Amino acid sequence: MKKEQYSISEDNFEQCLKCTVCTVYCPVSSVNPLYPGPKQAGPDGERLRLKDKAFFDETLKMCLNCKRCEVACPSGVKIGDIIQRARMNYGPKKVKFRDMILANTDFVGTMANIVAPVVNFTLGMKPVKVVMDKVMAIDHRRSFPKYSATKFETWYKRNVASKQSQYANQVSYFHGCYVNYNFPKLGQDLVKIMNALGYGVQLLEKEKCCGVALMSNGLIDQATKQAKQNITSIRKSGLKVLTTSSTCTFTMRDEYPHLLDVDNADVRDNISLATRFIYQLLEDGKVKIAFRKDYKARIGYQTACHMEKMGWKIYSILLMKMIPGVDLIELDSTCCGIGGTYGFKKENYETSQKIGSPLFKQIEESKLDFVATDCETCKWQIEMSTSKQVQNPISVIADAIDVEETIKLNKK
Amino acid sequence: MGVKDGNQFDVVVIGGGATGAGTARDCAKRGLKTLLLERFDLTNGATGRNHGLLHSGARYAVTDAESARECIEENMLLRKIASHCVEETDGLFITLPDDDLAYQAKFVESCTAAGIRADIIDPKEAILLEPAVNPSLIGAVRVPDGAVDPFRLTMANVLDAKIHGAEILTYHEVTSLIIENGTVVGVEAIDHKTKELKKFYAYVTINAAGIWGHNVAERAGIQVKMFPAKGALLVYGHRVNNMVINRCRKPADADILVPGDTICVIGTTSTRVPFEEVDYMRVTREEVDVLMREGEMLAPSLATTRILRAYAGVRPLVAADNDPSGRSISRGIVCLDHEKRDGLGGFITITGGKLMTYRLMAEWATDKACKKLGNTAQCRTAIDCLPGSTGTEQEYDGKIGQKSAKYRHGTFAEKISDGNRYDDSLVCECEGVTVGEINYAIDNLNINKLVNLRRRTRMGMGTCQGGLCACRAAGMMVKSHNCVDKAKADMAYFVQERWKGMNPVAWGDTMNEAQFMSWIYEGVCGLKEDINDKNEDVQ
Repeated sequence: MKKEQYSISEDNFEQCLKCTVCTVYCPVSSVNPLYPGPKQAGPDGERLRLKDKAFFDETLKMCLNCKRCEVACPSGVKIGDIIQRARMNYGPKKVKFRDMILANTDFVGTMANIVAPVVNFTLGMKPVKVVMDKVMAIDHRRSFPKYSATKFETWYKRNVASKQSQYANQVSYFHGCYVNYNFPKLGQDLVKIMNALGYGVQLLEKEKCCGVALMSNGLIDQATKQAKQNITSIRKSGLKVLTTSSTCTFTMRDEYPHLLDVDNADVRDNISLATRFIYQLLEDGKVKIAFRKDYKARIGYQTACHMEKMGWKIYSILLMKMIPGVDLIELDSTCCGIGGTYGFKKENYETSQKIGSPLFKQIEESKLDFVATDCETCKWQIEMSTSKQVQNPISVIADAIDVEETIKLNKK
Repeated sequence: MGVKDGNQFDVVVIGGGATGAGTARDCAKRGLKTLLLERFDLTNGATGRNHGLLHSGARYAVTDAESARECIEENMLLRKIASHCVEETDGLFITLPDDDLAYQAKFVESCTAAGIRADIIDPKEAILLEPAVNPSLIGAVRVPDGAVDPFRLTMANVLDAKIHGAEILTYHEVTSLIIENGTVVGVEAIDHKTKELKKFYAYVTINAAGIWGHNVAERAGIQVKMFPAKGALLVYGHRVNNMVINRCRKPADADILVPGDTICVIGTTSTRVPFEEVDYMRVTREEVDVLMREGEMLAPSLATTRILRAYAGVRPLVAADNDPSGRSISRGIVCLDHEKRDGLGGFITITGGKLMTYRLMAEWATDKACKKLGNTAQCRTAIDCLPGSTGTEQEYDGKIGQKSAKYRHGTFAEKISDGNRYDDSLVCECEGVTVGEINYAIDNLNINKLVNLRRRTRMGMGTCQGGLCACRAAGMMVKSHNCVDKAKADMAYFVQERWKGMNPVAWGDTMNEAQFMSWIYEGVCGLKEDINDKNEDVQ
């Protein structure tokens, strides 16, 4: 279609017809009347900001960048992107110390790994929480993810790296900060599954934090630098790059070109969530999988916001449903309220918990064994706010898989 | 009805455009008991249907030095006295590869002679100053053009006239002039709301009715030969440019792009139209084509920008008739004392001219009226600031609605009730018009209908063209209509009027918007009315 023929704007905000369905689906708008809502903050506000940048509104930082507005929009307006761009272009340039700490998951993770037991202990202490609350405005009611003593990368190099080349097929794995510093088990689970399916798992030559937290905290230059480095590494690997975090995936696929102007068109399709990749392999008959007969669980699946945006929840759900003993219910698709680093900030705590409360209630009432979700921050939020534990679908598969039987099936 | 205390005035001004409002202001400030009569709404004629360009005069410099000089003088005055109506954007006159670059030298020379600052700048600098400009330009001149909001400007004049004791009656159409012994002693007017005929008496009647001044003069048996010239314009959905962009060549169709408030406007065409058509302006397909084609030459991104609507106004050009010198036509402004010209006392016509020179026109007309009345007060309209422009620097620390209101009402925005959630809630989301601002307008700014509200506040002028705000504002108008059915009919008229401007450009997103609007109003609200398309409309 020739855009000129229909006067269709490059300035995507003009395609907004003002139907306001985005605001109906905005998790923040429904609990916080001070937030103007995605329509006002996005397309409406953009038009006013073009008239005078004084129309930039501090309330834009109340947006948790869940992109549910974009999913709702019938006209394809990139509302979330407009808001994030406005924050980048018009917002305050000075970044708070707290935001710097929250945003630098890479650096902070590396430091914390070294002294993990101490960090885990102190972060759990009441006086420390009070100090963080008062000095850094990180809410004292928030519990922190635990840091691991051994990084995933270290474990990989020590234990499995040398064995990977024996497999006929190869994939790369972008593990992300959470797997590396907090929860190496998830990465180990993926290696276990992929190896059973006959795939060797390689790490990227150089992996940096995807940068999502840097972006939402205003550290744009650093985010752009890391984005470029990641895309270069992905390009170099030449393999499918699997991930186990919905947000890292979404950031590298869509936020890089939309918000950071980092071109990834040639490698975008190579980046895929592991559940999607595995499901497609099974669907195409390229691999087979066998599950333990004794695995039994009633699982509630929480659709992370960026999963909703990518439209990929179906892969994780169908994959888990292949396990014979699984009784899976799909929880109502709604934001859990954490929004990455959003919920850690003192000023957002109330909003964050209010947004999540219907979800927490449903989880408690659904007689679940545990919750599954593709997002680590959803995991923190749900574990902190409900009585249930949360697992990544990959870990569910890893628990249920019959490795020996699977290897046999794939050797035939 | 005979002469009563209440309806004997010194001056009756006919016409609620910028000229009429300016004249009422000037008369009232000089101590005259003044009445302004407008047949529909303030700014309903050519005042509300132009570019909103604060001419530097550069456009006229080569062809009409005198007009150019008047423009730059008034331009500098308006920046001071009407600061809240003016955006000091500056303008570019660009030379494109198809244009003759030799014209630039002549242009700059003429500007300088007329007292207009005109700096030749490097095309690269022009692109830095105004990134939207056509990058293939080969020459650029920077001039002190700007944007002026004619709705605000006129309302500010009306407010000042009221402050100085003038009476303003809208929806009062003059049906005849009352002539006694060869002198106009008053007018008879119909009140369109009550259908009542009323008489108003005045020692001097000033005809400031623009193109309709032709009819007013006819009612006194006088010929003021006017030539209606239609000018069509397109409103684009947002501000593509922040500086006025002109073509540096002899004035032609569609060669000015003006940023104004949240939008930008390309125009104009120029077509002679028969007198019978001046109340039924429609923008044709050919006009839209010309405007789009030429507009893209100034700023290529217009090609992919949503067009909100099309509108057209009628320039009141005056024929040289019995003015032997012919100077009146060349100067633009025509001020006729009909006592001298036609032997009819107590009657003055002020016409021709431009929005830019409205104040000067008002001064000339008021000077003549004062002379007739033996009033020796000095004109102060060039010195005293208009209401809203009297305060100091505006601050933008409030919410969207408060910031927008400061743009529209200047220091008078302080009169708008705000601070609680109801007053601060938005009626018009595109333009940031709050409940507080709508109530302020209804109570203070001569509001009878929703279209009046639109002209005073920009409600319904944004991207959705009233889709979301018309029903909300109609609800608030119930108190002024004092009748739900009237408010409903008013809403139907308003929505229909919005569609009229969208119709000539209804494709792409504009078509989608219109469809969405029809779902809301016809589908959900069940609204269906046949509306006579005469009268008011546009921009």
